[in-house]
Amino acid sequence: MDELLRVEDLTVALPTRSGYHKAVDGMSFAVDAGEVMGIAGESGSGKTITALSLFGLLPHGARVTGSIRLDGIELTALSRTQLRDIRGRQIAMVSQDPATSLHPILPIGTQLTEHMRHHLGVSKDEALSRAAGLLQTVRIPDPEQALRSYPGQFSGGMRQRIAIAAALAAEPRLLVADEPTTALDVTVQAGILRLLDRLCRERGMAVIVITHDLGVMSATARRLYVMYAGRLAEAGPTAELLGRPRHPYTRGLLDALPQEGGASLVPIGGSPPSLGQVPAGCPFHPRCRYARPSCATERPEPERVAGEHLLACPPDPLRTPS
Amino acid sequence: MSDTVLELAGVAVEYGRRGQRLRAVDGVDLTVARGEIVGLVGESGCGKSTLARAAVGLEPLAAGAVTFEGRAVATLGRRRRPEFLRGLQMVFQDPYESLNPRRKVGEIIADGVRLGGGSRRDGLRRAAELLERVGLPATAAASYPHEFSGGQRQRIAIARTLVTRPSCLIADEPISALDASAQAQIANLLSELVQDDLGLVLVSHDLSVVRQVADRVAVMYLGRIVEIGATDVVWGNPRHPYTEALVAAIPRVGAGVLPTDLPGDVPDPAHPPAGCRFHPRCPLAQDSCRELDQRLAPVQGREIACHIRSGGGPP
Repeated sequence: MDELLRVEDLTVALPTRSGYHKAVDGMSFAVDAGEVMGIAGESGSGKTITALSLFGLLPHGARVTGSIRLDGIELTALSRTQLRDIRGRQIAMVSQDPATSLHPILPIGTQLTEHMRHHLGVSKDEALSRAAGLLQTVRIPDPEQALRSYPGQFSGGMRQRIAIAAALAAEPRLLVADEPTTALDVTVQAGILRLLDRLCRERGMAVIVITHDLGVMSATARRLYVMYAGRLAEAGPTAELLGRPRHPYTRGLLDALPQEGGASLVPIGGSPPSLGQVPAGCPFHPRCRYARPSCATERPEPERVAGEHLLACPPDPLRTPS
Repeated sequence: MSDTVLELAGVAVEYGRRGQRLRAVDGVDLTVARGEIVGLVGESGCGKSTLARAAVGLEPLAAGAVTFEGRAVATLGRRRRPEFLRGLQMVFQDPYESLNPRRKVGEIIADGVRLGGGSRRDGLRRAAELLERVGLPATAAASYPHEFSGGQRQRIAIARTLVTRPSCLIADEPISALDASAQAQIANLLSELVQDDLGLVLVSHDLSVVRQVADRVAVMYLGRIVEIGATDVVWGNPRHPYTEALVAAIPRVGAGVLPTDLPGDVPDPAHPPAGCRFHPRCPLAQDSCRELDQRLAPVQGREIACHIRSGGGPP
């Protein structure tokens, strides 16, 4: 398939009281058209900052290096105005909390048509009828009525579906969904995962799903990137990565999930490092039960271990002879 | 059961909305024993949080009664909460909002001791003990809540409830706001605490975690319990169509297929459907479901509120 987005060696440093610290450190990834790609990791792993850097929506003063190419266009080189034309039109975002992505006192219709009219240059009536169609796509009952309603009149699940409709309004080629279903019930979550899957297949849209829930990833993403402390820990085809994880962190995330057999949950000891306190060497080594002395000093780089499978763990303790 | 700590009988809670009464919880019976975790699950809007709040006396009852250790739980009013209710405590969802950001962790925990008549010094000593009990260093007492991660804050919130040596905890979505690994840590901590002879009601929309830790599970839909029984019985073979749909909607690692969708939303509780409240979304619905009000009836080792599945029609 055609490659839509390629990010190379992305590093984002954020200003803090104690100087600049890297929230994302040397991330590289690619997304094909029509593909669902997943980025997983705990909070503070740099997932959201990675997503925001695609949109040029980083906190004030952030320093970005590396390359972000969307269909061959280098986004980091664009001016604010040029980037604004890309946002919404080419790439759109759905955030975790629909309460923050929808304006509380503007009718749904206005929110769905505003960037449609801006980016696509369609008339108001045309935009409204397209918006009604979008609401139908995300299965909001009575779209005409919904266009005249306000976000507060809908349940959380419906608001999230409306937020997805708003993101889809200008027919973006890449949708970035940051924890799109974390706040939702499993039944609604299942509906949204199916919707994203359908949009990819029907429109050839690419989706980056960012979540800490590997169960959600397992069902939807073709490829998975696991991040830890701003760096890539492991990447590869989802089935392979979750079926035979090679990085101790991926293994740990899987063990922390409730298992079918009902075995007790095995949490990863400790918590992820905060910004500016990332340990030297492998950032995961203080929490890793396979850590060797060299892990504390040598920084592991992602290396190809098989096909599309990348691993940043030179000791490779979970390697199984295949 | 003699070791029952908390008993809810026919509990109903109503809210007023634009002049009309909305029954958020409608006739729920539930018991919690010492050393037992009862999971309460259901979609948002099903009344599970309202029920949890009613159980500790934070919501006035429209009908029914809540009994804690044999005595009636009165709704919290302007008066001081009765002494015996100190053994019934609540853990809230959001550890970012439930801890006062301007007070040190030790002080927050010590308050419980001082309210019980202890000195500030007793309080701080007990705070240090409890922080270690929940897996934090005793030195955490000298820090402020913002210095901790979500999982650590939830531990602090739990330590605070333990001050009064409670015999029953009501936890409303205690792990939903946390990361996967912090979720596992808090779920394990709660299971551990229950072994100290505590009863726990665990309210959660995350079914897989409830499944992991709860001894019994109650599934709520639109203010009523539709299925209740031992967790492995209900999970292994759900009998109510709603429970079936919930279980099928959980994404599983390695399943390789998309989870099954349950179309539709929970109806407006101000206008609940007649008959079985689940019938508009139910794949098994028949004409009789629109008329017959459902009552819990025993089926295959658990109780369900579905006359189709409990013998009134084809299985």
